[in-house]
Amino acid sequence: MAGAVEFILETQGLTKEFAGFVAVRGVNLQVRAGTIHAMIGPNGAGKTTVFNLLTKFLIPTAGRIHYQGREITKARPADVARLGLVRSFQISAVFPHLTVLENVRIALQRRLGNSFHFWRSEAVLDGLNERAHALLADVGIGDFWALRAADLPYGRKRALEIATTLALEPEVLLLDEPMAGLGHEDIGRISALIRRVAKGRTVLMVEHNMSVVAELSDTITVLQRGEILAEGPYGEVSRDARVIEAYVGTGHG
Amino acid sequence: MDRRLLPAIVLLGVALAAPFIVYPVFLMKVLCFALFACAFNLLIGYVGLVSFGHAAFFGGAAYITAYSVKVWGWPTEAGLLAGIAVAALLGLAFGAIAIRRQGIYFAMITLALSQMVFFFCLQAKFTGGEDGIQSIPRRPLFGVIDLKNELTLYYVVLAIVLSAFWLIYRTVHSPFGQVLKSIRENEPRAVSLGYRAEHYKLLAFVLSAALSGLAGSLKSVVFQLASLTDVQWQMSGEVILMTLVGGLGTIFGPVVGAVVVITMQNYLAPLGEWVLVIQGVIFVVVVLAFRRGIVGEISAWLSRLRA
Repeated sequence: MAGAVEFILETQGLTKEFAGFVAVRGVNLQVRAGTIHAMIGPNGAGKTTVFNLLTKFLIPTAGRIHYQGREITKARPADVARLGLVRSFQISAVFPHLTVLENVRIALQRRLGNSFHFWRSEAVLDGLNERAHALLADVGIGDFWALRAADLPYGRKRALEIATTLALEPEVLLLDEPMAGLGHEDIGRISALIRRVAKGRTVLMVEHNMSVVAELSDTITVLQRGEILAEGPYGEVSRDARVIEAYVGTGHG
Repeated sequence: MDRRLLPAIVLLGVALAAPFIVYPVFLMKVLCFALFACAFNLLIGYVGLVSFGHAAFFGGAAYITAYSVKVWGWPTEAGLLAGIAVAALLGLAFGAIAIRRQGIYFAMITLALSQMVFFFCLQAKFTGGEDGIQSIPRRPLFGVIDLKNELTLYYVVLAIVLSAFWLIYRTVHSPFGQVLKSIRENEPRAVSLGYRAEHYKLLAFVLSAALSGLAGSLKSVVFQLASLTDVQWQMSGEVILMTLVGGLGTIFGPVVGAVVVITMQNYLAPLGEWVLVIQGVIFVVVVLAFRRGIVGEISAWLSRLRA
């Protein structure tokens, strides 16, 4: 990890407009290296938009993004992934018709540098199996390796997605609502998994489940109408009058 | 022995024996179009892109092979290679323009570009306009194999087409094919894993174009003719029909589709324009009732039986 940089991910004046509607306005976000940082806020506060801006799936209207001290405002999404900034998606992102093992191998495969080799047998990928099995075992789905990803229960798909993401050995994990759609038991398992994989990494997540946010995060940024409303540790932010008003005002607990 | 190889071996036996039963030129036509459909299927079935401009690669390569063999006196193998090369370059140009678009926009851009190629072929001197390039000599392959013998030509065409099938199979089951599948299944996720999706799609497009070109070049050698029919938009439509009837995204589907469509065209030829009406009806029936195509429906039925 680049030790000299205190904030591994930083934005200045990040702004995104959609046809006159300002979804994100002047956001200055600073994510400290090695922490778990959560972004919360009522629906439509711009959390997912910020996420898409950070991972380059959207181009900002104004502002700048720095990652490990280098500017990535104009980088392409595949390139930020190569730099170690890897995201997950709100709707569990797996490759449904590939097997669980193949899902993880896709992520491992890129480093082999043979991904354009159309004349070679896919058997050359078998060398990745050992590492792929280890990653699957690590997130607790080692026994499911031969299933099609589509046939996994929802909570296990989340685990598969995390295993696939970890295969890239990312510096920063961006998790978009990792608990969305999960049952009570799965939430416990996935949040323990996140805590474990966060060791030696930085995690930035968008999450609605407050008890998960309270338990996991070192720092919380509250967004409202595209702007930062409050920032700090959970104990501080949860007592902030403006935050309470924002949540009560929109009917969130 | 691997049981999956069985159908392939049976088909190979049929292909080797067929010219003793059926008219070889008809068989060669089926082979050329089967290759064309499989090349097209590589794109629609494994990348999920519908091109409406593949006639440009098929017909463009047919003209190049025809001209270089007939006018420049090139040997047949050089003519074929030239056809493939030009089709690949055309594919690169089409792909570079169209690959960032999806769905109907991709189809429309490829159609527009192929119409440009068509009008070029219509106006350019070297293509012979309405007459096309006729009576292309069948020069001996590598200077030794006599292609004037129809049976020899059949086996040469069969060998080339089978090699091309093998290449398509290899591409689908390669490290590259794995990435293509992941892009088809969930493109944003593949991108978030660091794959530049457009580059993979572009390579698939160029491969598909080059193999379509090989099909067109072979066709011009077999029929000793390259004409405007080969570059017309109807040709792009026909290859879509073959692929859908046979079953897109299956290895054998496009071959079956090509056999069905070419057989119909051949044996229903006395009915004249009615062939088009019958084709249209079949197309509608397939789209409405057998979405998976002939091979797709059969394999779905077989796996239901096993379950």
